[in-house]
Amino acid sequence: MIEVEGLTKFYGPKAAIEEVSFQVAKGEVVGFLGPNGAGKTTTMRILACFMPPTSGTARLAGFDIGKQSLEVRRRIGYLPESVPLYGDMTVRQYLTFAAEAKGVPRPERSGRVAGVMERCLIADVQERLIRNLSKGYQQRVGLAQALVGNPEVLILDEPTLGLDPKQIIEIRSLIREMRGERTVILSTHILPEVSMVCQRVIIINDGRLVAVDTPENLNLRLQKSSRILLEVEGPAEEVQRTLAGVQGVLAVAPQEPRNGRWRFLVETEREKDLRKDLARAVANSGWGLTELRPVDLTLEDIFIRLVTREEEA
Amino acid sequence: MGTLAIFKKELRAIFASPVAYVVMAVFLALSGYFFWGFLARFTFYSIQASMNPAIGGGLNIMEFVLGPLFHNMSIIMLLMMPLFTMRLLAEERKTGTMELLLTYPVRDGAILLGKFLAVVVLFLCMLALTAIYPILLMAWSSPEPLPILAGYLGLVLVGTAFLSLGLFTSALTENQIVAASLAFGALLFIWVIGWSADLAGGTVGKVLGHLSFLNHFEAFARGVVDTKDLIYYFNVTALFLFLTLKAVEARRWRA
Repeated sequence: MIEVEGLTKFYGPKAAIEEVSFQVAKGEVVGFLGPNGAGKTTTMRILACFMPPTSGTARLAGFDIGKQSLEVRRRIGYLPESVPLYGDMTVRQYLTFAAEAKGVPRPERSGRVAGVMERCLIADVQERLIRNLSKGYQQRVGLAQALVGNPEVLILDEPTLGLDPKQIIEIRSLIREMRGERTVILSTHILPEVSMVCQRVIIINDGRLVAVDTPENLNLRLQKSSRILLEVEGPAEEVQRTLAGVQGVLAVAPQEPRNGRWRFLVETEREKDLRKDLARAVANSGWGLTELRPVDLTLEDIFIRLVTREEEA
Repeated sequence: MGTLAIFKKELRAIFASPVAYVVMAVFLALSGYFFWGFLARFTFYSIQASMNPAIGGGLNIMEFVLGPLFHNMSIIMLLMMPLFTMRLLAEERKTGTMELLLTYPVRDGAILLGKFLAVVVLFLCMLALTAIYPILLMAWSSPEPLPILAGYLGLVLVGTAFLSLGLFTSALTENQIVAASLAFGALLFIWVIGWSADLAGGTVGKVLGHLSFLNHFEAFARGVVDTKDLIYYFNVTALFLFLTLKAVEARRWRA
């Protein structure tokens, strides 16, 4: 449904994104993940035909964003990060305008507007001026605006930004409902959001694509090592040296001490269970072992690792 | 389709804002004052002329009342039109709604046309309200209708040219005051460019004279329609609409 190839955008001499390529299948909900300034908004603006790329191409539903921009724009619903709406219009006036501008034929218009208002839970505020609505309602009006043209592809830039937890849950469940029905590409810098809403993750950092996979696969792929947390009573440097000396240990990272005990995060080769060896090493040295447990890699860790790995390369 | 949607939205926004009413009120108050002034002078001269056969007849309402009134109205328009156009694109740029609008399946040209037509309708409403002056004159006298219509045609043409220039400056910035200032400066400059024509003389003078808004309006104010003036105003309007389109397209690249 979406095919992006070698997308590059320069602002002056600085590249906002470089050689970004990925594909999204029909009906998929894909998360675009990256720190602020990574190039998420730039990519989405290009896909939404707001601005052209410096080089590279993208096709949505088979239409080229450069040469067949109008055809692409007929098939997308876009919600920019800042949720720009006309404050001096009522919700219904605004959605009717959006429907008309998106070419919804007159007889279908009012029905379509009523439908999206119901779906986005804004029917109760339809006669109110948009500028008087809360941020959560405005966000939903923005989403309704994106949906009113019945688009095949939804492009949502940070759709949960600035909402309170209850509103975030509502927006997320709205997006989850679209699975299979529409192709959704949404950006976020909140990690748990991706595993909750998206079937696939595209991680971008510093304008470059870092990884594209399902949240589960990313977990697997990166757990080449497993990690064990130890809490030890003993001299810090010696403990660290001893732990690092155990066969199969890849790295030892000291953590914040707690209650005067040292805490270490030990990375080990994945297939080996080194818990016994580590316990023995501590005990043999005569120190007290107060805690020992394996730690799972969270998506957050994966994200940080991918991003830092890219920087090292 | 797209143009119509934008046109309706824009018209609603224009008449929901106090700017339209304030500008119209100021325009009508000033032009009303000028109408009264010219009419009083005309009455005074007429009485004098009737008492002194040496001056003779030939006092003409078009020449003494409506001509100068149209001329002054065009100058008030020059001051007021930038206030109509300043928000058209600058506001959308500032609030970010332009980003959304430009991703709707509507051509850039259709968006601009919708906005331009909406502000032209506002201007025509304002101008229509001044029809009270010639109507009053017709009640007490019998001015020729065709020169009056010619004068109004001139006002419509010069007004739409002003609006197209204003739309263009509104595309250049996201600050409405800057847009209005630029439009006002440019309009005034094109208006008075004819003055330097007299100094320059020769071919340069002729070219400068042809560029001036002022020179092309004079004939209309006298009630004369000349195709060269018609073509001039059409060209100016088309040129600035085209430049606006290019400015919006360029903004996409730099967005």
